[in-house]
Amino acid sequence: MPKTADFTKKIYVALIFIFLYAPIATLIVLSFNASKTRAKWGGFTMQWYVSLMQDETILDALGTTLLIALLSAFIAAIIGTVACIAMSGMKKKTRAVFMGVTNIPMLNADIVTGISLMLLFISLGLRFGFGTILLSHITFNIPYVILSVYPRMKQLNPSVYEAALDLGASPLTAFFRVTLPDLMPGILSGFLMAFTMSLDDFIITHFTKGSGINTLSTKIYTELRKGIKPEMYALSTIIFVTVLVLLILVNITPDKASKEKKNL
Amino acid sequence: MKKELIRLEHISKSFDGQMVLDDLALNIHENEFVTLLGPSGCGKTTTLRILGGFVQPDTGKVIFDTQDITRMPPNKRQLNTVFQKYALFTHMTIAENIAFGLKIKKKPKSYIDDKIKYALKLVNLEGYGNRMPDSLSGGQQQRIAIARAIVNEPKVLLLDEPLGALDLKLRQEMQYELIRMKNELGITFVYVTHDQEEALTMSDTIVVMNQGYIQQIGSPESIYNEPENAFVADFIGDSNIIAATMVEDKCVEILGTRFACVDTGFGKNKPVDVVIRPEDVELVAPENGTITGVVTHLIFKGVHYEMEVMANGFEWLVHSTVLSPVGKEVGLRVDPFNIQIMNKPESEDEEAVALEI
Repeated sequence: MPKTADFTKKIYVALIFIFLYAPIATLIVLSFNASKTRAKWGGFTMQWYVSLMQDETILDALGTTLLIALLSAFIAAIIGTVACIAMSGMKKKTRAVFMGVTNIPMLNADIVTGISLMLLFISLGLRFGFGTILLSHITFNIPYVILSVYPRMKQLNPSVYEAALDLGASPLTAFFRVTLPDLMPGILSGFLMAFTMSLDDFIITHFTKGSGINTLSTKIYTELRKGIKPEMYALSTIIFVTVLVLLILVNITPDKASKEKKNL
Repeated sequence: MKKELIRLEHISKSFDGQMVLDDLALNIHENEFVTLLGPSGCGKTTTLRILGGFVQPDTGKVIFDTQDITRMPPNKRQLNTVFQKYALFTHMTIAENIAFGLKIKKKPKSYIDDKIKYALKLVNLEGYGNRMPDSLSGGQQQRIAIARAIVNEPKVLLLDEPLGALDLKLRQEMQYELIRMKNELGITFVYVTHDQEEALTMSDTIVVMNQGYIQQIGSPESIYNEPENAFVADFIGDSNIIAATMVEDKCVEILGTRFACVDTGFGKNKPVDVVIRPEDVELVAPENGTITGVVTHLIFKGVHYEMEVMANGFEWLVHSTVLSPVGKEVGLRVDPFNIQIMNKPESEDEEAVALEI
């Protein structure tokens, strides 16, 4: 009896994974398909990856994507951390309100966020381009940073900061030498999370980018409208793998950090 | 008379409208081991935090060595604190933890290295310099916290329930360690605890606090033997606290029976409280006792038996090395100098008398 139950469990889990990953698996397989039609397998090839690397507009888009992801994650990490420090000094009620307000953009539909940002930029008279993409990415990244830094903040023993003051450190020195290192694992995973979110955003970028600039996701979208080229399978595969690797990193960094400490 | 080092004057503090300290006055002398003792919420930790500079009093002054330091931030004060939960810097080694204060003061490296060695030796943890705080036990971490504080050569070391998180055996060991360190360093210790035994063991002076008021200041002996009110008597050790009437000088009527005592000056027929420690009640043959009663409970406590004796309508707590079985009729007698007479508090405020040493 328990054996069948065990078996059913395994089948169930397998089904879930098939549903989740079958489309992506198809995509990955097709990206290595030598035949141009999707209907038949023409043998293994890397040619789509090669031609992808030779396409300058795609490489441009890749550069923009990485730069935006890095900058927006970095800036959001700073703003989010400062916000967490401010929140830890708030009264309980104010803090609950503040936390709620920062959570809303995360739950909000991307299309709403995208359109509202677009409208805001228009009414401010900003020129659409790299700057507006960066601004909107910082905006939607801040909540992710807060989400991963704030729990870390709450775990801090307030006496540690006081101990630094007690030993003669100025409040600023105490923060940089004592509080910040303790927050670092949270900030790092917030940064990686934000980086991932920025990397795979399409909708918000689509509404705030203007013409003449593309990130990978908007580039794929433009290409798809012209007809699906196998290069796009290769590109999508690369994005998927990158995001997967980043997510794995996000999930193992806090553990790793604490383990490293113990090994020292 | 030792030199006065710290003076707290008219200190009041409230948090969200809740009065924590009310017009507190306290003098602390050089090279003194002062313990602030009281139940949680009595204001002892707040007093310590005011000394450390982490809390600003609403009114009053903190005078340190003739200088007013009431508004001085903690990093400028010549005091160091040992926190309740160690508060070590977990991302630094033990040596880096100890060096923290000295590096901020830009001391030369050779001086810092010498100090680290000296401090580790003082707390009996030589050779632990390269370990991380996480790899140490609670007792060891607390020693490091002490080492980290004392390398800065403070004039006063503030300790906030430093042994609270340790187990009983370790706590007793650390008590002796702390006394040894204090004697070796020759500095003032201000120690906060709710553990009366800890206070009695280590202190030169105990300050008993309750509800934001100082109840009594005195040596461990005087606090134990001559508690000034029922709160102090009850908080420090076991005791029989009984409402009584002072008939005249040297005579007190307890539960309808007159006892001889040594106190004078309370006036005639004045209602008072008396405190009699359980070890001061002698069990004798019924015909020899001042009053008689029947043993109702008996517990073996190791060094003595703890008995409860019902006599004149009151359950007397008695400690004796001689066993009297439950149901036995016994006589109770108390030596006159073992009866401690206290004025009855007329109000809660009066119960909380503010006193100077």
